[in-house]
Amino acid sequence: MLRYTVRRIALMFVLLIGVSLMVFLISNLVPSDPVAANLSQTAMSDPQVVAVFKEKWGLDKPILQQYWIYLQHLLKGDLGVSIRTGQPVAADLMRYFPATVELSVFAMLIAIVFGILFGVLSAVFRDKPLDQVVRGISVSGVSIPSFWFSLLMLYVFFYKLGWFPGPGRLNARAPTPVGGTGFYVLDSILSGNFALLSDALSHLILPAVVLGFFTMGLITRQTRSNLLEVASTDYIRAARAKGMSETRVIVRHALGNALIPVITVAGMGFCNLLGGMVFVEKIFAWPGIGQYAYLSATTLDFPAICGVSLLVAANYVVINLLIDILYGIIDPRTRYQ
Amino acid sequence: MEALVEAKQVKQHFTVKVKGRKLLLKAVDGVSLSIYKGETFGLVGESGCGKSTFGKALLRLYALTAGRVLFHSADISALKGAALKAFRREAQMIFQDPSSCLNPRRRIEDILTEPYAIHRRFTPVEQKRKAAELCDMVGLSKTHLSRYPHEMSGGQKQRVGIARALALNPQLIVCDEPLSALDVSIQAQVINLLEDLQREFSLTYLFISHNLCVVKHCCQRVGVMYLGRVVELAQADELYERPLHPYTRALISAIPSAEGRAGDGQRREILTGDVPSPLSPPPGCSFHTRCPAVTEICRREQPPFTEVSPAHFVGCHLYHS
Repeated sequence: MLRYTVRRIALMFVLLIGVSLMVFLISNLVPSDPVAANLSQTAMSDPQVVAVFKEKWGLDKPILQQYWIYLQHLLKGDLGVSIRTGQPVAADLMRYFPATVELSVFAMLIAIVFGILFGVLSAVFRDKPLDQVVRGISVSGVSIPSFWFSLLMLYVFFYKLGWFPGPGRLNARAPTPVGGTGFYVLDSILSGNFALLSDALSHLILPAVVLGFFTMGLITRQTRSNLLEVASTDYIRAARAKGMSETRVIVRHALGNALIPVITVAGMGFCNLLGGMVFVEKIFAWPGIGQYAYLSATTLDFPAICGVSLLVAANYVVINLLIDILYGIIDPRTRYQ
Repeated sequence: MEALVEAKQVKQHFTVKVKGRKLLLKAVDGVSLSIYKGETFGLVGESGCGKSTFGKALLRLYALTAGRVLFHSADISALKGAALKAFRREAQMIFQDPSSCLNPRRRIEDILTEPYAIHRRFTPVEQKRKAAELCDMVGLSKTHLSRYPHEMSGGQKQRVGIARALALNPQLIVCDEPLSALDVSIQAQVINLLEDLQREFSLTYLFISHNLCVVKHCCQRVGVMYLGRVVELAQADELYERPLHPYTRALISAIPSAEGRAGDGQRREILTGDVPSPLSPPPGCSFHTRCPAVTEICRREQPPFTEVSPAHFVGCHLYHS
């Protein structure tokens, strides 16, 4: 198991280098000029300024040479400096990523808890009205466009009912939590500031519901169909024949086996969220990786684009590895000897 | 002979949706039979004739649609709660597919101690000792206790299934095609094991199978099912030597013989057509669509199930005039 994990991590680095090459080449193929995207009209008209800008960012060199320089820095752990912000890309990512992680974790909590709950109810009350209602919820979760759902949620729960605060991570006047992890919920708990905690949590709920709704739909459908499949196996019949109560049959025998494939769905959903959901982050003014990626892409900020892409690719690899390890723990059939 | 289980007009119907229409599937449609204490009662028939469903209905794994099941003369068809749980101790089941009858996430020890845990018997330490005894009883070694089902062969898994059924010392075991997923050599071992256990614990078996040779070998009495009904019921020797119902005759003539000399024995009767769908069984005698001896009355009236010679029952118009 350890050897397997080490090999997977080693492969991850090979993959990331491949990703960096692809992203570097593709973003250079875009028929747009980073000079035009970053310099003002007057600066553009001065050839000297343009030449200095190009030289400073290495844009005057051939593309492969540019990549070679980038790769050398990358291998030393240096992601370069963002053209747009002038800050090291790594520092930018560290600033934006925690917001996305925090939001994604809450979205996943909602998705997993309600997805499994609805899935179980749906399977137990198969073809009954409850199943139909749950089916409606999960299908709309998968099909409602997130930008529209975000606006709807804000309109109803912020503007009309006033139950939840509007966009942003915190109230405008609230101080940024100290603690330095960038996860405001964690920071406010660590510093014992519970007013701030409730502020951070209440800001999280609406975007987390919007983001979690999609994955919840997937988890619900998957849980339902797996549970129905497992429920028709003989070991479930055997458990009933032994005199086990129906609830215990489902919880102890059926659910564990039914949830194995759900792990994959949930993991992929989590990866998806960690990549940053541009629309939702934009609408909720959430300073996350989606917004950073959007701004980097529109200004052709090559180092930042590469940095975001590498981060997203690394998320996928790491989460897939975790899924595989988790599989080994809960499903003895997939254990490596 | 004292009856351990008596089924009285047991019906088990299911509603199924076919292309959006709700249809009634009469899986078991009025089966009456008694299983005597200590015997092995064979139930044979083609796939889909309702024999497995009947076995499960006897164990109250379904709620009966109609009819009654008596166990030691007490009606168990409406038991609930603690009384049903107490009945569960007396009647257990062995399943067809050894690979799906064991929870893949449980070790054999957990599988074998669970019956005790459900019925709150023994301390955890004693439960483990009991599990080891069960392993021994069915010819597995104690090293198997720490294994997972996927680490065992089909025959070994079936032994675990048998051990699990034995855990609570039941009187009745429904064996639902316990051999059909096993290799022939393993089948013989499992039959011997079942016979040994029957002698040792004076068990009663309901042996469901489509393998007529096996049923002939290990059953004292045999019932033949067709489309949810028992069409013939007799002592095993009698049934195999003097089959009366045209369906039974066809089944028995289809048994391959080891000698296989030309012109030996009876003429082989080959049935044409398929079993009609139980969703729309034919009127009258359900076998009339395939019966070589079909007459006018068969298409109209369902034949009564009558005793034509001592302990030999048949439901066919040929023997009822």
